[in-house]
Amino acid sequence: MAELTYREAVARGIAQEMERDPTVYFLGEDVAAAGGVFKTTEGLLERFGPRRVRDTPISEQAIIGAVMGAAMNGLRPIAEIMFSDFFAVCWDLIANQIAKARYMTNGQVALPLVIRTANGGGVRFGAQHSQSVESWAMAIPGLKVVVPSSPVDMVGLFAAAVRDPDPVIVVEPKVLYSTKGEVPDGEVVDRLGTARVVRAGEDVTICALGAMVPKAVAAADVLAGDGVSAEVIDVRSLVPLDVTTVLASVGRTSRFVTVEENPRLCGWGAEVASIVAEESFYSLDGPIIRVTTPHLPLPSADALEDLAIPSVERIVEGVRRAVH
Amino acid sequence: MSSEVVTLADEAVRLDMYRMMQEARLFERRAQDLFLEGLVKGTSHLALGQEAVAAGFAAALRTDDLVFCTYRGHVHTLLRGAPMGALMAELLGRATGICGGKGGSMHLTSVEHGAMGSYAIVGAHMPIAAGAAWAAQERETGQVVVCFFGDGTTNIGAFHEALNMAVVWKLPVVFVCENNLYMEYTPIGEVTAVEHPAADRASAYGLASIIVDGNDADAVHATALRVVDRARSGGGPSLVEAKTYRHGGHSRADPAKYRPEAEVKAWLARDPIPTYRERLLDDGVESATLDKIEGAALASVDRATEEAKAGPFPDASQLMTELWADGGSTWRN
Repeated sequence: MAELTYREAVARGIAQEMERDPTVYFLGEDVAAAGGVFKTTEGLLERFGPRRVRDTPISEQAIIGAVMGAAMNGLRPIAEIMFSDFFAVCWDLIANQIAKARYMTNGQVALPLVIRTANGGGVRFGAQHSQSVESWAMAIPGLKVVVPSSPVDMVGLFAAAVRDPDPVIVVEPKVLYSTKGEVPDGEVVDRLGTARVVRAGEDVTICALGAMVPKAVAAADVLAGDGVSAEVIDVRSLVPLDVTTVLASVGRTSRFVTVEENPRLCGWGAEVASIVAEESFYSLDGPIIRVTTPHLPLPSADALEDLAIPSVERIVEGVRRAVH
Repeated sequence: MSSEVVTLADEAVRLDMYRMMQEARLFERRAQDLFLEGLVKGTSHLALGQEAVAAGFAAALRTDDLVFCTYRGHVHTLLRGAPMGALMAELLGRATGICGGKGGSMHLTSVEHGAMGSYAIVGAHMPIAAGAAWAAQERETGQVVVCFFGDGTTNIGAFHEALNMAVVWKLPVVFVCENNLYMEYTPIGEVTAVEHPAADRASAYGLASIIVDGNDADAVHATALRVVDRARSGGGPSLVEAKTYRHGGHSRADPAKYRPEAEVKAWLARDPIPTYRERLLDDGVESATLDKIEGAALASVDRATEEAKAGPFPDASQLMTELWADGGSTWRN
């Protein structure tokens, strides 16, 4: 067991898979010699060499095209898109090409590839380097989407993503890169499509994702002081989505809250809320509450950004409305 | 056009290119007829008039080489050896279609034959082709990747990103611009900063400017052999601009009234198929040999049409399949 930062866990996860499988390659902007702008990929170039760990030009379409074409021809490539906001400049390749190739060709094309990206706010970068794009990716049939919220999940879910035969988007909340957690020694492999109850409770179910998970847990601590026992579920995987864990929890607690970093409209929590409403309606004893960023681009100033992204206080307030 | 002296291929290869062009022409005409009969839905983008580019390259490739093409891709897919009946069935929306009816005219694909897809978003397949070439390079397969695209593609970002990366990484890929003078409806010359939209950009990526008569199968083939060999031997990518002409409109909805009559007439006089027939006859090929090829091509297209029409429509059980590698489309438990 070792204590790693989330950013160290990124490199550990990539290395684990590259060590295991010689067809795993990794490329992106500044990922090799510089070790990544977030220092998440330090040491990989030295360990695996310049053929398998490759710096690219600032050409997101070429990066994503490269991994798609390579996956069609025998590699299991990993691409880094430096900031998830840049998905917008290669969205054609992700949404129109990668997501649809298998279905359109009736299974002729297999795309075992991973796109990993730094996502979300909390770091005062302003509106074009802070977006939460997991809901964009989730909305496109043909993409799997995971959001690890801890170092051990980063290694384990990443390994599952690389080994998956379908394209997987690994969304890394950049505000978590400096957080620490225990990661077991040896190979760590998790499963896509599995949520995790990170804190058990009886009165209300809080579903959170990515950087909102530690905040939801902190909110649950506050609520415990008020006598409200909150269960916190880390959704972890948006596609496939572990509905069973959520519905089982709501069945016991009868109250449901989502905590989402994305702007409000069409966030992942809206989908989960609709499932709960449709399939667990009669176990609900109150309204479903969604705590989200307002429907805004994220502002840069810390005073404003902190108001926009769900805070522990706003989560507590949302839960109180749900259990009222 | 290229002023280089074209070294002619063996007669067998030239006759095979003639066969390919005949099959391509008749396939496209049949596709058009089936549209008019209402048997093909949606849209289609025919390559009538552009067959020499496809045939010249197809004859220069190894069976394990990979081809990427655009929504104007019936012919490229066919000439890789994909079964004609299954291609026609795909146009007709049948379960027996090459993509089970899920792709349609703009997405014909036959991975088994190295026809790696028809891409309907302009430019997208150029970086994808580069990626396939990257894998070939890393796996040392000796494969060459050929990527066909239209003149309109030369003004989209993916074109430039792909070329730059392919050159920097010295990838075994050949980019072939089929310049038919029109993007969709607008002449490429009206919206492009240079005269030759692909060839004039080559120098920006350290590549030679290569222009070939895309209506001359022999010339295309000679160029194809040269650039494919360069790619296969580690010399890196090439960018070829083949000058050709679309006999019809952009798609089935387009009667192409915007084209000057004299221009159309001049290009029709340079139709790659009758002119090639004349040349083969001049070179001593018996007309009976060519008649036989033409008859066989028509018989193939007739057979493929009947086969396609006889195919069943996909049933409900097919709708939810093949989103994921497990064969299904489940997104939740």
